[in-house]
Amino acid sequence: MVVYNKISGQKIWKILEQITDPEIPVLSIVDLGIVRNVKVFPPTGGGDLEGAEIFITPTYSGCPAMDMIAMNIRMELLQNGFTNIKITQQLSPAWTTDWMTEKGKEKLKAYGIAPPVGKAIDQKYLEELKVECPQCHSKNTKLLSQFGSTSCKALYQCMDCKEPFDYFKCH
Amino acid sequence: MSDPHSNISTYQPFNYCLHLADNSLIMGHRLSEWTGHGPILEQDIAISNIALDLIGQSRNFYQYTAQIKGQGTTEDDLAYLREADEFKNILLTELPNGDWAKTILKLFFFSTYQYYLYQKLIGSTDAQISAIAEKSLKEVIYHLRWSSEWVIRLGDGTEESRNRIQSALNELWAYADEMFLPSAYESECAKANIGVDVSSLKNDWENKVKVVFEEATLKIPVSKQNENIKGKQGDHTEHLQAILNDMQFLQRTYPGCEW
Repeated sequence: MVVYNKISGQKIWKILEQITDPEIPVLSIVDLGIVRNVKVFPPTGGGDLEGAEIFITPTYSGCPAMDMIAMNIRMELLQNGFTNIKITQQLSPAWTTDWMTEKGKEKLKAYGIAPPVGKAIDQKYLEELKVECPQCHSKNTKLLSQFGSTSCKALYQCMDCKEPFDYFKCH
Repeated sequence: MSDPHSNISTYQPFNYCLHLADNSLIMGHRLSEWTGHGPILEQDIAISNIALDLIGQSRNFYQYTAQIKGQGTTEDDLAYLREADEFKNILLTELPNGDWAKTILKLFFFSTYQYYLYQKLIGSTDAQISAIAEKSLKEVIYHLRWSSEWVIRLGDGTEESRNRIQSALNELWAYADEMFLPSAYESECAKANIGVDVSSLKNDWENKVKVVFEEATLKIPVSKQNENIKGKQGDHTEHLQAILNDMQFLQRTYPGCEW
């Protein structure tokens, strides 16, 4: 039983790694640190797969992608035969970009969004930062606005190649 | 404290959470009125993002309030199906936006208040209230920084921008007191360590706004304490009804409508 639980748990994590953020489609919800935990519990009826409770946390309180992410999790797991799914929103500890995977940061950069600089835990995350331009890699960039196209991003401009770009805020 | 289900309107943690939710919703709704009308694109995006954060925070509080009430209550019932006199937001949040300077100053007062409130509310013995405060505080830090920068830019700007923000300050100063005059539910929840004694936030709030006003070369008006401002107790201006007419229209006209 324990082994079976573990296999289902790993399978669920693999499925979740395939689900992307609707607003930043190169990042999976696991890369983003939105999935906090997966708890597998025994099957309720004969022949069913085990049930699972998925704990997710919003990036920002008003993030409109959360409802869609919850729906996508349910759909993907259903398609893989997991019918007994509970999705629980967990607010504490509050989401931080410190949970973003290194793989996720690389993917962001390749997509043209500057990844978070530094760790939110080590610094006052609103200090002026040296953000590297994802196009030409210059560090001669400036903040245009602390608020960008989504809650999690700020708007920057590169002073060398002159391109404006999104910066995923260290939060 | 009384049993939550005998008479919910006298159960003070219910009223307290409703008050926290209403403050953020009404402030967020007002700010969202700028969406598509901001002075330049970047600032339109900024104020819309702040509105979104506040509405998200209010949803977290409403969901929890609905859970306290039970009996199938949803966050939508609380936001869309209550009457104006059941709302517990402070009057500052419902005042019309006026010009950009007045909107900025309202937000600056409110963000400074939330900044100190949430720092203490993290210590609430109620785990969910503490979690919402912890989450919200990270966002409020951005709101406070953005609105402080604008107060300074307008105050220490041109003659016209300075006149506009000074007149907003002269008008709004009297509304600040309400934040620090505890209602019965705030007092009771503060005593039970669920909430915060808001009178204890006043010094920090005043010190913070004074530093920003000094840099902005603005003068704080002399005004008497106004103890007749009682939005928290459900005593509102006519402006709240206008907001609700707009915000609640769809659910009132097509009950249970979803899309």
